[in-house]
Amino acid sequence: MKGFKPSAPFLLLLPAIIVLAAVVVLPLILSLYSSFTPFRLTRPETFFVFVGFRNYLSILSNADFWWAFGRTVLLLTIALNLEMLLGLGLAMLVEKATRGQRVLRTLMMFPMMFSPILVGFQFKFMFNDNIGLVNNALQSLGITQDAIPWLIEGHLAFIAISIAEIWSSTSIFAILILAGLLAMPKEPIEAARVDGCTPWQTFRYVTWPFVMPFAYIAMTIRSLDVARAYDIVKIMTDGGPAGRTELLWTLVGRTAYSDARMGLANAMAYFSILLSIAFTVYFYNKLAAARAQIGAEW
Amino acid sequence: MMDENASARLTRRTLTVAHRVGLFLAMLVICLPGIWIVLSSLRPTVEIMAKPPVWIPQQLSFDAYVAMFSGIGKGGIPVLDYFRNSLIISVTSTVIAVAIGMAGGYAFARYRFRGKSGMFLGLMLTRTVPGIALSLPLFFLYVRLGIIDTHIGMILAYVALNVPFTIWLIDGFFRQVPKDLAEAAQIDGCTRWQAFWQVEFPLARPGIASAAIFAFLTCWNEFALASQLTRSVNSKTLPVGLLDYTAEFTIDWRGMCALAVVMIIPALTLTYIVQKHLVGGLTSGAVKG
Repeated sequence: MKGFKPSAPFLLLLPAIIVLAAVVVLPLILSLYSSFTPFRLTRPETFFVFVGFRNYLSILSNADFWWAFGRTVLLLTIALNLEMLLGLGLAMLVEKATRGQRVLRTLMMFPMMFSPILVGFQFKFMFNDNIGLVNNALQSLGITQDAIPWLIEGHLAFIAISIAEIWSSTSIFAILILAGLLAMPKEPIEAARVDGCTPWQTFRYVTWPFVMPFAYIAMTIRSLDVARAYDIVKIMTDGGPAGRTELLWTLVGRTAYSDARMGLANAMAYFSILLSIAFTVYFYNKLAAARAQIGAEW
Repeated sequence: MMDENASARLTRRTLTVAHRVGLFLAMLVICLPGIWIVLSSLRPTVEIMAKPPVWIPQQLSFDAYVAMFSGIGKGGIPVLDYFRNSLIISVTSTVIAVAIGMAGGYAFARYRFRGKSGMFLGLMLTRTVPGIALSLPLFFLYVRLGIIDTHIGMILAYVALNVPFTIWLIDGFFRQVPKDLAEAAQIDGCTRWQAFWQVEFPLARPGIASAAIFAFLTCWNEFALASQLTRSVNSKTLPVGLLDYTAEFTIDWRGMCALAVVMIIPALTLTYIVQKHLVGGLTSGAVKG
């Protein structure tokens, strides 16, 4: 195997490389180039005008862009942390269940099957100020008389979007953490209990380190498609009211297709790509570290 | 002594009850939105719009589904065309992505080569590019090549979207197949090619099937790329079609709910089939790696 025979794995990977080069890498190079031009879809000749970093400079001084950027990071921070926490809680609830675990596990996966666009739609429906389930319930229970304008007021809309996002992705964490809990040997827990650990200590120093790699797998998978929030926002508020829920991705879409300013949009898109890559590399490294740490015991 | 026993019993009982209640509430939150959608698709619009709300449905019917599938639905939304497009695009791109993914996954699971982990990370990074960011240059290229709003264009894009993750999953499944088996077969006179198809492939098949289903679902659910690269009934898929409903001034909630149910049923069935293998593949590929 040591001999000079690089051809087999290379040949096997070749189709994947070709497809990805043609459909992802090449277009990205093209968009990198066009981010240095004032390219507008309506005026093709502008594709060949080179303006250097002008698009990037105009982004830097664009308040809308920075609001969208900050909002995106805020949404991701809130959503990922809560998803991790709720996923852990859900996994532990299901793991403790003595009966019907199979049914519970299937139910738990339910939100994963919903496409983001469907998640957005169903929460748009439920948060509708007039006929939505949430307001109907609140009013029937007598908690409030007024219709709460969930998707019409900026802050409430952001909360509604966060809830939709968390609802849809908590199950990924729950499933993988549950897999970790089930794969965990029982002896260390018993040993900890015999040694007089409190339940909290047992969890913190025995269970959690074991389950952590599984949580990072979930994080890595999630960070691969953080941009799915685009679909949810697009259908729930479309960035409204008055740009109050605009995320990086919806802003890119609007600049490119509604305003037809492709060059500028591509420059923005590069920010969003860098954000995604940063997330993925960060969690991938965490995963590798957690894996190495636990490696001794496997 | 008695007191201690009694209080311990009480604590345990309280904990059991709390656990039951917590579990019930969690499952309620998870299931309620879906149940509500199904219910709303079966109720007449008057009931959905009623103020004060009608909680217990008075009459249920399949009218919304009948209307949707009898040609042009309400508001002129051709659901059948969208359904056909979704099916063609998803199935074709899944088949291609799995073929490519099997080759790539096998390479990662069975060979050692220079830059392997860098290569793996590189593949994953291509997947991180947000759909909307990728759609800008693809849109431009597709217009130039004349494949905008065609099945071919969408299939190409979805194959690229699925290849990295398919490789990750299939890599994990091939790792679960012991290396010795294929080596034994080779010693017995099989070529590597034969050993693969007769020993390793059958063992990894359930895993590969779940990778395929996962790829299918990704295509079936994808929206960001589809919303920009499709324009008409030629290639619009169901998720884009759902947005058609919201573009109208009066939203047909019942019709949308019915379309949502139509979209979710294939996904529900398929995910149920693969759930076990999916978790196994993800964790084995990533933890023991």
